Amino acid sequence: MPLLELSGVDISYGGVRAVRDLSLHVGDGEIVALLGANGAGKSTTLAAISGLVRPSAGRISLGGTDLAALSPAAIVRLGAGHVPEGRRVFGGLTVRENLQLGGYVLADEREVNRRVAAVCELLPVLAERRAQNAATLSGGEQQLLAIGRALIARPRLLMLDEPTMGLAPRMARTVLGLVKEINQQGTSVLLVEQNARAALGLAQRGYVLSRGRLGLHGDAAGLRADRRVIEAYLG
Amino acid sequence: MSQLIWNGLFTGSFYALVALGYSMVYGIIRLLNFAHGDVYMLGAFIGYYCLTLLSGVTSGLPALLIVLVVAMLATGLAGVGIERLAYRPLRQAPRLAVLITAVGVSFSLEYGVRLIAGADPKVYPVRLDGQPVELLGARLTAEQLVLVAVAFVLMGALHTLVMRTRAGRAMRAIAADPKAAHLSGIEVGQVIARVFFLGSALAGAAGVMAGAYYGRIEFLMGFVIGLKAFTAAVIGGIGNLPGAMLGGLALGLLESFGTGLTGGEWRDVFAFGCLIVFLVARPQGILGEKAVVRM
Repeated sequence: MPLLELSGVDISYGGVRAVRDLSLHVGDGEIVALLGANGAGKSTTLAAISGLVRPSAGRISLGGTDLAALSPAAIVRLGAGHVPEGRRVFGGLTVRENLQLGGYVLADEREVNRRVAAVCELLPVLAERRAQNAATLSGGEQQLLAIGRALIARPRLLMLDEPTMGLAPRMARTVLGLVKEINQQGTSVLLVEQNARAALGLAQRGYVLSRGRLGLHGDAAGLRADRRVIEAYLG
Repeated sequence: MSQLIWNGLFTGSFYALVALGYSMVYGIIRLLNFAHGDVYMLGAFIGYYCLTLLSGVTSGLPALLIVLVVAMLATGLAGVGIERLAYRPLRQAPRLAVLITAVGVSFSLEYGVRLIAGADPKVYPVRLDGQPVELLGARLTAEQLVLVAVAFVLMGALHTLVMRTRAGRAMRAIAADPKAAHLSGIEVGQVIARVFFLGSALAGAAGVMAGAYYGRIEFLMGFVIGLKAFTAAVIGGIGNLPGAMLGGLALGLLESFGTGLTGGEWRDVFAFGCLIVFLVARPQGILGEKAVVRM
């Protein structure tokens, strides 16, 4: 049974059907890329998995549990981590506080602080800036913080929405390298990425969304070689 | 001179207590809760009835402190109820709808209390007119000193809670980015309810203190103080808690000096003149930054 499964999902957003009849899955330990043009429904799909919007039809399940009746917080407790587009770190709060908030679902504050220390070890740049206001970090540092924040809850599935957007190439490589490392430690990844080449280089499988509908999907290697994908996304 | 400072600090600490709730609620759900002043009035009335009940048992300052705690709990719960019934169903609605609802809640509280307690002003069954002592040229009573101290302790406790605890961290996170707060596993609705509890409890405390200080309460007493607290929150920087405390105290002092110079009938002119000056010259307030740090 796949870790994440969407079957026949419709999502309406502000009166518009943003996603229609979408079925996809992410297996244990996989990296799966979700590709598509702007407005294809990628972020909306992630929002529905996280419970921020509700599908009007279809079923979403994580680890076999139907997510329909669960609050976003309950979905986090169930093992979904979501690093939203634009990083959305908590400005005005320190780096350390941002990380601690990633562990809000844990009641034990000491355990949270242990995990914060572990993430700081993984991402030393955050350790250096622990006491700094998160809003003063560079874009790349904010991205690392947003990922670190999501890791504190030890998600089984990590969803990343455009994690390299706006980053310098070197920083983008660092971020994608981190994603790979996280995956190797056993976390499944659903990766929404504008840079299709990099995403398909990292992922085992990929799905292409176009205007809310599922288009091509399959092996990352096959998609990379597909002429239609090359024309549309790899240029 | 020092009498003016003392009077200003005293009323300023009421303003600050009420302004804190105003500012917290604005910070977390961007709502100007126009019913907040009426929660203060509710606190004063709950205090009135509790004091009347207690009158045979104990009186004076001890009674007042017990009643303060009871009134804080009751108004805190009332705040949670108001949020639950009136604001939560409108979480996705346009902001204007919520604002108008807040005005509706304000009227409901005012005329609800009028229905139960009547329209006539009530004499508060406890007064803080013990032996006045001279302190640095100001005449004040020990009871007044204790109440101001209690107000400052409450403000300090709130500040610690918001800045140092897990719950406070969650409040600041929601103020900064509600969507990211959801994704971090914060039960946003629950935290908002807590904010209403705290803000309303502080307003309730201020209501009891004001009843004891002025000696007279009536069902419309929350209206002007609501506007004053709003003014204080704007002066300090709305959404900013130290700003709300500072704004409340500053407003109290300004009013006190203003009336000292020109007479009591000019008091509100000073307060709302300040509001206009700030809105024109520094709309983000003393401590507010332009949409960066909230709460």
